[in-house]
Amino acid sequence: MNEALIAETISITGHDGDEIEAYLARPLGQDSFGGVVVIHHMPGYDGGTKEIARTFAAHGYAALMPNLYHRDAPGASPDDAAAAARAKGGVPDERLVGDVGGAAAHLRALEGSNGKVGVIGYCSGGRQSFLAACSLPLDAAVDCYGAFVVGTPPEGMPLKVGPIVHLAPDLACPLLGLFGAEDQYPSPDQVAELDKALIEAGKAHEFHSYEGAGHAFFSANRPAYRVEAANDGWQRIWDFFGRYLAG
Amino acid sequence: MCTYLTEKIAVDGSGKGAAGWFSLTDATVYLDHPQHAPAEHTLNIDFLNPAKGPSARVAVELTAESARALARAIETTLQSAPPGLV
Repeated sequence: MNEALIAETISITGHDGDEIEAYLARPLGQDSFGGVVVIHHMPGYDGGTKEIARTFAAHGYAALMPNLYHRDAPGASPDDAAAAARAKGGVPDERLVGDVGGAAAHLRALEGSNGKVGVIGYCSGGRQSFLAACSLPLDAAVDCYGAFVVGTPPEGMPLKVGPIVHLAPDLACPLLGLFGAEDQYPSPDQVAELDKALIEAGKAHEFHSYEGAGHAFFSANRPAYRVEAANDGWQRIWDFFGRYLAG
Repeated sequence: MCTYLTEKIAVDGSGKGAAGWFSLTDATVYLDHPQHAPAEHTLNIDFLNPAKGPSARVAVELTAESARALARAIETTLQSAPPGLV
């Protein structure tokens, strides 16, 4: 692996046949590679998450991040788009599944694709990663501190999403969960409930919760960043995707 | 925490955004992760004119302490205004 890559903004076909913006980073000089759909966090399709996509490409995966807020604010800056999406209550689940499905199809059609596609999501994207893996034929999924897989949003939050732990029997692929032990959304109890549901459903999964870390510990440009948790988390991701997507 | 907790109000005034001044019609107030402020959570205020698109937005991200100080300062200023001005 020479870590050479190319990254660019493209258009893909998402939910309902809509053309949406997406960021594609893929390795160069590699005959065969797996794909990863990167689901951005609630603050949007931003520089930090694009850097994550490039990191996957540097490690030999084609990474594609759909702009989930494209319809809410086409052409707007990521923060303005995130504010517009927030005002609407977030991304509808059905639309999310359609957009991730479109991204996965795009990755499989790339020249050099080995046909395997995983998904990873952060923050609100953690829940969406689980949702996608319960709704689409994917090969591996990573949930990074996704809130409201278990539990309902507290009173007063105009969040148009509900718990989806009941989808556990539909999980189509192995799941890696990375959580902060000091996070409240999801709380350690909620992580334990998801773990229990997956055990009962007989679904392959591995969870890691990091002491001293809260929500968003992978975000290198935010105070929530926790270097030990992030470094170990990245290693878990490489091990996990190496097993299920590489080659 | 992704709170999505949002208070929305109608406002009447003007704001200066990236493309210059524009009239304001709405404001949202919410506690959530900031985009830029070096804090895990901030009190965020967006001054908006949705009819002009998502970029018609003036945003601030304040620590809770700063937000409370701002709220007090606004009230103090309005209350101390000479009669007839407000």
